[in-house]
Amino acid sequence: MINNIFLTLNITLMYSAPLIFAALGGVITQRSGVDNIGIEGMMTIGAFGAATVGFLSGNPWLGFLVGGLCGAAMAALHAVAAISLRASQTISGVALNFIGQGLSLFLCRLIFDGAAQSSTVVNKLPKLLGMFGVSSDNVIVSSLNVDITVPIAILLAALMWFFLYKTKWGLRVNACGEHPAAADSLGVNVYAVRYVCTILSGLFAGFGGSAMTLAVVSNFGPSVISGHGFIALAAVIFGKWTPHGATGACLLFGFAQAMVVMLGGLEFVPSTLLAMLPYVLTLVVLALFVGRSEAPKANGTPYLKGER
Amino acid sequence: MRKFLIKAFNKPMTGIIISVLAGFVIGAVVLAVAGYSPLEAYSAMFWGIVGKPKYIAQVIINAVPIILTGLSVAFAFKTGLFNIGAEGQYCVGTIVAAILGRYVPLPPVLHPIFVLLAAFLLGGLFGGLSGWLKTKFGIHEVISTIMLNWIALYLNNFILSLPGVKKEGQQASHEILPSARIRILTDWKRTDEGKEFLTNSPIFGDMLRTDIHVGILLAVLVVIAAWYFLRHTTKGFELRAVGFNHSAAEFAGIDVKKNTVSAMFLSGGIAAFAGAVQILGTNSFRISVLAAQEGYGWDGISVALIANNNPLGTLLSGLLFSALKYGGSSIQSSIGAPSEVINIMIGTIVFCVALVSIFPIIADRLKMKGGSK
Repeated sequence: MINNIFLTLNITLMYSAPLIFAALGGVITQRSGVDNIGIEGMMTIGAFGAATVGFLSGNPWLGFLVGGLCGAAMAALHAVAAISLRASQTISGVALNFIGQGLSLFLCRLIFDGAAQSSTVVNKLPKLLGMFGVSSDNVIVSSLNVDITVPIAILLAALMWFFLYKTKWGLRVNACGEHPAAADSLGVNVYAVRYVCTILSGLFAGFGGSAMTLAVVSNFGPSVISGHGFIALAAVIFGKWTPHGATGACLLFGFAQAMVVMLGGLEFVPSTLLAMLPYVLTLVVLALFVGRSEAPKANGTPYLKGER
Repeated sequence: MRKFLIKAFNKPMTGIIISVLAGFVIGAVVLAVAGYSPLEAYSAMFWGIVGKPKYIAQVIINAVPIILTGLSVAFAFKTGLFNIGAEGQYCVGTIVAAILGRYVPLPPVLHPIFVLLAAFLLGGLFGGLSGWLKTKFGIHEVISTIMLNWIALYLNNFILSLPGVKKEGQQASHEILPSARIRILTDWKRTDEGKEFLTNSPIFGDMLRTDIHVGILLAVLVVIAAWYFLRHTTKGFELRAVGFNHSAAEFAGIDVKKNTVSAMFLSGGIAAFAGAVQILGTNSFRISVLAAQEGYGWDGISVALIANNNPLGTLLSGLLFSALKYGGSSIQSSIGAPSEVINIMIGTIVFCVALVSIFPIIADRLKMKGGSK
């Protein structure tokens, strides 16, 4: 029983970590007033970049970083369109999902001799306890031995919470998302804040992709990121645009996925019905406990200097 | 010249044409950087689309489902809703069609009509569920439709896991009854007269060699119906009013909640209709166990956006999308460049469509300059 609880915890955290990175990206950009529906594409290109560099260099940390940068590069495109050119942010995001997937597979085929999958990386990111040289056959110990990306994701969430609510700069980000004209009149450079936040969202989404291909699995393929970005997007709304809320939503979703795995062997529930659990659970929890959520007021609207 | 430019920049069509061109330019750059000749690639693609009458027919057949899912998404956009759920609603349509097409024996003609209406209704309820969740619990339709997409996928697999649904030894259901199929001239093509026609008429004969079905006619009908409904009926006006400014609509006495549910119902119905047409019309006539989403709904989002959410425009953009995808496969087979370059092109087109809001601004600038002279 105890073993099962720890095993569930382990699977929950494993599923959640990539989602938490991506969801935090969603939080920071939407807080600043730029909608980013292209998280999925940024995760995909991040997953690809991480797996490729991880394979070629043999250094998973370098891969992890490059994955983030790939996502950031794509987000920079979104930032130019959404902030400077005042483009429709929804449309730009949808486009980036296409480009992210297309570009990843295109490059993958070029680099890996026409294969739609990258070669398996030699070194994955280390496990938490593995870093300290601990290894054990004990189920509890090995269950707690999660991927290093898990504590990094949670630390990032805590940092973002502190940043958004406890620092001057965080409050400025919030102001840009709620009332950019007011922020502008107080001397906040709305464009600069939005650029930074949008690019950060790509960086985090890219980390999410990296966490997938360098920790959860060990290579890139067309289905490695299949809908994770959208689940993360849902988590942002679910968590009412707060870092802790979004993280909680990702953990809940990961927990439901863990339940699917743990209950998978049972005879009386068909596995296909069980597979619906995370999605149904999300809707039920939203309907019963979370209720109406309000987006940052200026989210999705381009800011034009001089506007009220 | 300036007047012409001002006029041109104010037309949505200009932006779309420029976007498509930009897609081709970026595609060419990507191909060139990767060491392939863009010219060869595009000529392979071009001949892959129009080289044979058969290819053209196939492009049209492939366009049917995405025209309809595109219409579904565009319809929702027009009413101020973002339906990411066309994917799941499409899936519900395929399930309904596969089951009713197989297990409810009805005479031909009547059978497909019954199946299509049932798919529309059930898909509509599935879509309407998102509208209801939004009005009743305040759950954003983007979240609920993302979740419902996966729920529909696993529903598909669940139905297939029920005893007797799956064909023995296969990961797919039984084929639907012949009475439900909407493919045309299938029997005639096998008669002597038909065979003679196929060999003697180079153009139509070649076209008919594909699995041609009445889907495109249905798609055109539904597109026109949706356009007429939104443009020329009171209910359609109400829906658009809610989409344009829901506070103003509410102030004018329009029931916003009811309209949100109806809009999602109709949008979901159209997407499910697409799924049903696909099952009744195309080759396999059955549903299979799904490991990943099929993508018709996702493609529909791009189709709708390229069409600027104009219902009539989805016909053209659906055909364009289908032609690019179909022609793209010949790039890979003829010069070996990864066909994913097509996704990059489509993404670029959509990305540029996002930027077209800049054109009316340019037009304004031009106008102002003209005035100061």
